[in-house]
Amino acid sequence: MIKSATIQDRLDVYAIRGQFPVLNREVKGKPLVYLDNAATSQKPQVVLDALLNYYTEYNANIHRGIHTLAEEATAAFEATRDTVKQFINAGSREQIIFTRGTTEGINLVAQTWGRQNIKAGDEILVSNMEHHSNIVPWYVLCQEKGAVLKVVPINEEGELIMDEFEKLLTEKTKIVSIVHASNALGTVNPVKEIIKAAHKKGAVVLIDGAQSSVHLDIDVQQLDCDFFAFSSHKVYGPTGVGVLYGKKDLLEAMPVYQGGGEMIKEVYFDKVIYNDLPYKFEAGTPNIADTVAFKAALDFTTRLGKDKIRKHEDELLRYATEQLEQVPGLKIIGKAREKVSVISFTIEKAHPQDLGILLDNRGIAVRTGHHCAQPLMDRFCIPGTTRASFAVYNTKEEVDELVLGLHKAIKILS
Amino acid sequence: MSERKTIGEIEDEIVDEFSLFDNWDDKYEYIIDLGKRLPPLDDQYKKDENKVRGCQSTVWLVADYKEGKIIYKAESDAIIVKGLISMLIRVLSGQSPDDIINAKLEFIRKIGMMTHLAQTRSNGLLAMVKQMKNYALAYKLKTAS
Repeated sequence: MIKSATIQDRLDVYAIRGQFPVLNREVKGKPLVYLDNAATSQKPQVVLDALLNYYTEYNANIHRGIHTLAEEATAAFEATRDTVKQFINAGSREQIIFTRGTTEGINLVAQTWGRQNIKAGDEILVSNMEHHSNIVPWYVLCQEKGAVLKVVPINEEGELIMDEFEKLLTEKTKIVSIVHASNALGTVNPVKEIIKAAHKKGAVVLIDGAQSSVHLDIDVQQLDCDFFAFSSHKVYGPTGVGVLYGKKDLLEAMPVYQGGGEMIKEVYFDKVIYNDLPYKFEAGTPNIADTVAFKAALDFTTRLGKDKIRKHEDELLRYATEQLEQVPGLKIIGKAREKVSVISFTIEKAHPQDLGILLDNRGIAVRTGHHCAQPLMDRFCIPGTTRASFAVYNTKEEVDELVLGLHKAIKILS
Repeated sequence: MSERKTIGEIEDEIVDEFSLFDNWDDKYEYIIDLGKRLPPLDDQYKKDENKVRGCQSTVWLVADYKEGKIIYKAESDAIIVKGLISMLIRVLSGQSPDDIINAKLEFIRKIGMMTHLAQTRSNGLLAMVKQMKNYALAYKLKTAS
């Protein structure tokens, strides 16, 4: 038996596991093996404490209150903005807009920048491996404006065909909206190269960082992306909070997204003066508690060190790939040279849903289905896959459990 | 030939059969076995109009009306769903439209398979039950007119 202690010389995975209370629970009488991290990660105790502490100590509505609780809540909320700024190395805190999640960030750009800048005949470029969240907002915009959605194809390994990208990128392309790391395949896209090429043609670039932000070092200035969207809940933080980063000149020129409190300076019935960035895009009472606790999640991640987390996850990915390839009839979907710790596969004559149910029966949580990427499944001519995705707290023993579970499932199903 | 058992009687039979299993593995193995033994649906019926769409698996369902009873045939691409279909057919096929419309199908909860109905996004089973009842309603209205 391979001890997982040998795989990382720096991170103590067992100590880390101890910080995630949910990992202690049992499912169907077996210890939980949580391998659905690409859908959402579990939350460490520090995040749970931050949530509870907010509600027990200083719950108040932010920004406008004069009393102590409002001041404390505002300070905590705004502290998260500063932490996010550092986490992605944004130029200024004004460029960090809180959203509900990646999906809302993309919709915000499509509905504001998009509506202002896209006209009939313009082209929007996405890829074949996008999540529905990075297809539908653009589809809606194209329908409204008579613009055209173009799709960069991918190869059998699940990598973007860059020659095709170059061909599809023209003067007509107004925005390239592309996923940094694929949720269904794990593929890490060469976004820096894409951004550079797009800028040469005068297009802006939005990076969907939902999957990448927890695994990769994000430096929006170095990437030079125009927009970057990601979610708290995939970075060990609470659900319901996300971030949209944007370049300042773009954000300033964009029309408002939603109207309401907080996003205004002065309101008259015949005139409204909007607030400055970032508040201009943050109408209504935001998700204060979860945003406050999001900071604890980012601090947790930074403290562990993304390089160390990555090393551990890469090791797990490598081990899982080796082990899964031994399973009869198993085919890995997505063999890109550069991947985050996501492994998607099909098994001959075994429907993903059946595998999912039988694995759950052994306490193993994986995701099955089309992963909100139907065009991608169509590309591979499959109805769906079974996907295991790893986080910092996963172990090689859990990979072994998965492999064992698959062997048993195949035996029952065949 | 003896009188067709009522929906309630067949449900009770299934609940009794499942009471023999004391763990989930055995339950699923049994359901999978039922799925394997479900006669395949003729390819001519596997067309879009007979599809009951789920998020993850597909169910094809056809219904026939004979002498006041509805006969169902169905299949799925996922085998556990197929096993559950097999039980639904056992309970509902050959019953009258009224009995089908009024069937509570409590056995699904009693055998611990309720999650398969609750996860509406995950499979076509819930949609299938609805569709079975829709057929019953349609035949009822048709014969009444």
